[in-house]
Amino acid sequence: MKKTPVVTIVAVGIGAALFFVLSRFVAIPSPVPNTNISIQYGFLSFMAVLFGPVAAALMAFIGHALSDFSFGWGVWWSWVIASGVAGCVMGFAAKKVNLADGKFGGKEIVTFNVVQVIAHLVAWLAVAPVLDILIYAEPANKVFVQGLTAGVANIVTTAIVGTLLCFAYAKSRPAKGSLKKEN
Amino acid sequence: MNNFFNYIDRPSPVHSLTGATKLTCLVLWTFAAMTTFDTRYLGFLIVLGIIAFAVSKIRFSDIRGTLLFTMGFMMLSAIMLFIFSPEHGVEIYGTRNVICDLPGKYALTKEQLFYQLNVILKYFASMPVVILFVSTTQPSEFAASLNRIGISYRIAYSVSIALRYIPDITKEYREISKANQARGIEMDSRKISLMSRLKNAAAIIFPLIMSSMDRIEIIANAMELRRFGEKPKRTWYSARPFRAGDYICMLLCACLLGITVILIKINGSRYYNPFV
Repeated sequence: MKKTPVVTIVAVGIGAALFFVLSRFVAIPSPVPNTNISIQYGFLSFMAVLFGPVAAALMAFIGHALSDFSFGWGVWWSWVIASGVAGCVMGFAAKKVNLADGKFGGKEIVTFNVVQVIAHLVAWLAVAPVLDILIYAEPANKVFVQGLTAGVANIVTTAIVGTLLCFAYAKSRPAKGSLKKEN
Repeated sequence: MNNFFNYIDRPSPVHSLTGATKLTCLVLWTFAAMTTFDTRYLGFLIVLGIIAFAVSKIRFSDIRGTLLFTMGFMMLSAIMLFIFSPEHGVEIYGTRNVICDLPGKYALTKEQLFYQLNVILKYFASMPVVILFVSTTQPSEFAASLNRIGISYRIAYSVSIALRYIPDITKEYREISKANQARGIEMDSRKISLMSRLKNAAAIIFPLIMSSMDRIEIIANAMELRRFGEKPKRTWYSARPFRAGDYICMLLCACLLGITVILIKINGSRYYNPFV
């Protein structure tokens, strides 16, 4: 896939739609009651590697806002913005990892996971709780515990789902220099 | 086709406002309700919201599901709030009137109750506009209105694509899921362990995501062939011109935000304090 501006715009749209579908319909119940494993962040990290920070931030922001809208009770802006930030930071892995060339080995896996852990820490332990306190005046210890729980859960799902997705996608691409000229 | 957002097609004064107006009002109103903790003003916003509901001809039965869901969510969050921070109200209002002592470090104070009441009122003050917005705005008009309020049409188009393809992707998800069930993959989460649950989810999610990658390419090609993005501006099929009612509504909502700011000035903070 060639990366033109139009491809990026479409990727943001389809990415947001998938983010929405994954967060609304693909609920994998976790052992903790009333919490689902949010697979959408694994998907987001994969898209971030493919399309970069700006596209990933928009995808997460739009997808999260739409799913909040569709629940009907109002948009929890602080977490929507945190999702966008997570996508943006994850996107910086795109510079180091080039999936389109079909390369996703040990070095890339480490880079990818370091970046995604940083992204989740920034989003759920800094941005989300601070905005919760600023916008909604929630008590600090509550929002930090919420952020920590969400952050850890998201890091684990991203590590599993994101890595596997990148791996599967890279394998489906022809590797760079894999074709040889025949004499 | 697109009923995840519960659009209800029923002519009313609220429906006839343009999407851009409703979006602007939504932003202004939610900011007004989010910022203030003044109980009297929140009460006023709730009454105003109910009036707007009556005008829009949305029936109670249309939104009962949403309401019940919200109530459940609110209960849970209220309990959590109390468990984590039973003295937050005391911190905010500066006085401590204990109603009764509870085991451990917990005590029920008037300040905490009042603070939590305000939090619940805030939900109720911003919920009506969100429900009104989603149930009276056509999804396709939503994207057009984003462009209207100054967001680049490329981003507005991304939103439009998202709204257009959510039903398609959902359908595809169900199809893949059914196909896999026909092949004997158990989807009932009560019958299997967490590991196999994850594995089964992967059997659906991977094909779904990979086929979406192809979809991106197809749509992008079609748009490029039609020279999308060549010009700095574009028009929208569903865009409508502003009328007097639109300006009045936007002005009204701007006033609501204005009142919030004035109240912060008068009260000296975001909170209205009846305890001093």
